[in-house]
Amino acid sequence: MADQGMDLNAPHSMGTTIIGVTYNGGVVLGADSRTSTGMYVANRASDKITQLTDNVYVCRSGSAADSQVVSDYVRYFLHQHTIQLGQPATVKVAANLVRLLSYNNKSMLETGLIVGGWDKYEGGKIYGIPLGGTIIEQPFAIGGSGSSYLYGFFDQAWKEGMTKDEAEQLVVKAVSLAIARDGASGGVVRTVIINSEGVKRNFYQGDALPLWHEELEPQNSLLDVLNSSGPEPMAT
Amino acid sequence: MSKAAVDVPMKGGFSFDLCRRNEMLVKKGLQSPSFLKTGTTIVGLIFQDGVILGADTRATEGPIVADKNCEKIHFMAPNIYCCGAGTAADTEAVTDMVSSQLQLHRYHTDRESRVVTALTLLKSHLFSYQGHVSAALVLGGVDVTGPHLHTIYPHGSTDTLPFATMGSGSLAAMSVFESKYREGLTRDEGVKLVTEAICSGIFNDLGSGSNVDVCVITKGQTEYLRNHQLPNPRTYINERGYSFPKKTEVLLTRITPLKQMVEVTEAGDAMEE
Repeated sequence: MADQGMDLNAPHSMGTTIIGVTYNGGVVLGADSRTSTGMYVANRASDKITQLTDNVYVCRSGSAADSQVVSDYVRYFLHQHTIQLGQPATVKVAANLVRLLSYNNKSMLETGLIVGGWDKYEGGKIYGIPLGGTIIEQPFAIGGSGSSYLYGFFDQAWKEGMTKDEAEQLVVKAVSLAIARDGASGGVVRTVIINSEGVKRNFYQGDALPLWHEELEPQNSLLDVLNSSGPEPMAT
Repeated sequence: MSKAAVDVPMKGGFSFDLCRRNEMLVKKGLQSPSFLKTGTTIVGLIFQDGVILGADTRATEGPIVADKNCEKIHFMAPNIYCCGAGTAADTEAVTDMVSSQLQLHRYHTDRESRVVTALTLLKSHLFSYQGHVSAALVLGGVDVTGPHLHTIYPHGSTDTLPFATMGSGSLAAMSVFESKYREGLTRDEGVKLVTEAICSGIFNDLGSGSNVDVCVITKGQTEYLRNHQLPNPRTYINERGYSFPKKTEVLLTRITPLKQMVEVTEAGDAMEE
């Protein structure tokens, strides 16, 4: 059983696609919704874009337990910090708290995070905090197992000064591309848009995503697949 | 998960030294003794006005069925119950511990416990033991903020779902939920679906078996339906009971006092300390 990757006692990990993109007025965060234990999809509708404060969110990848604990701690610290400061925490402070926990406990943790949000000092910002606990401020960041399929796409498709809609469409397109090629990513696409006006959450159902190379239209019956005009069904 | 910290010495917290030693011994071929496990099917769903939890009643010890009618739905608070899969001792211990922490918290605050409180206490305990406390839980309850259902994994990660399954029979049970669950089920429909999901675990998973336990939690009321369904009754029970042949006949009784046959001589010095 364990050899076939069916070990249900394996630690829960999020073979993931997560994305953060800045645009001219704020940021768009995106993620798929698959959580797996080995070969089993333990949750097909998970929410990997977690709220830290009113204006800062984080995309989680890697071990589910580790990323939840890190974001729970950071949310708690930021709550205290906001009360002491008497005003909303900045994205930079949030990202540095994530970095501090990731770096100080690097031997215990297996999680990569993308912090994104908006504050009145610096506007929309994206910070990547990968495995070792370093912090990188980036115009866009990609993470998780699905990100390997997206580096070239982002080098080509990301443009300075996109509009909100352009940025969101880019994120949805990128996550659906990764879902098509990465077995560990799947389900729906979730996005969070953060700007001076506030936060907007969207989600795009799995059967409403764009179709890529060799993909078939959603069908209700196997007979419909055989009768469809699309490419030949895969023969084994 | 946890890589050996060679460069930094441990400071405080639980020591995993012996866990590492045991892993090394197992790798070298040592057969570690098995624990009582609940190879299990446990499920939960949210219906119209609350939460329904379900469990089978088989406990196993390797290939042996150790208990044919055990209880896997644990009490957490009057409005919160928790199904446990994994090592029986761990699920029992962790739910008992958190249940008493919740009771103390209720004495302190004079308010009904919340499901998220139980969730946080459970996950922080499990996370600090890094998966060595093997308890996989389905936590359900109704509190002031409404009905809640969560799954908790041994490593301390949690999910929030409208329907959930856990344990070795989780795949069988999930296939029932995925094809028949919908929003706004009535109480009777919910109990029927939970029972069906558990039965699918009982009949299709070797680790699960015997009877179906169900727990229905609604606002202000909890119904624990122990052995709600008995799909595996004993097929034959001798009406007259069993009798045994007469015990071995006593043919002769003679007591031989041994002291008289031994000669005791007083000699030498008394033993000194």
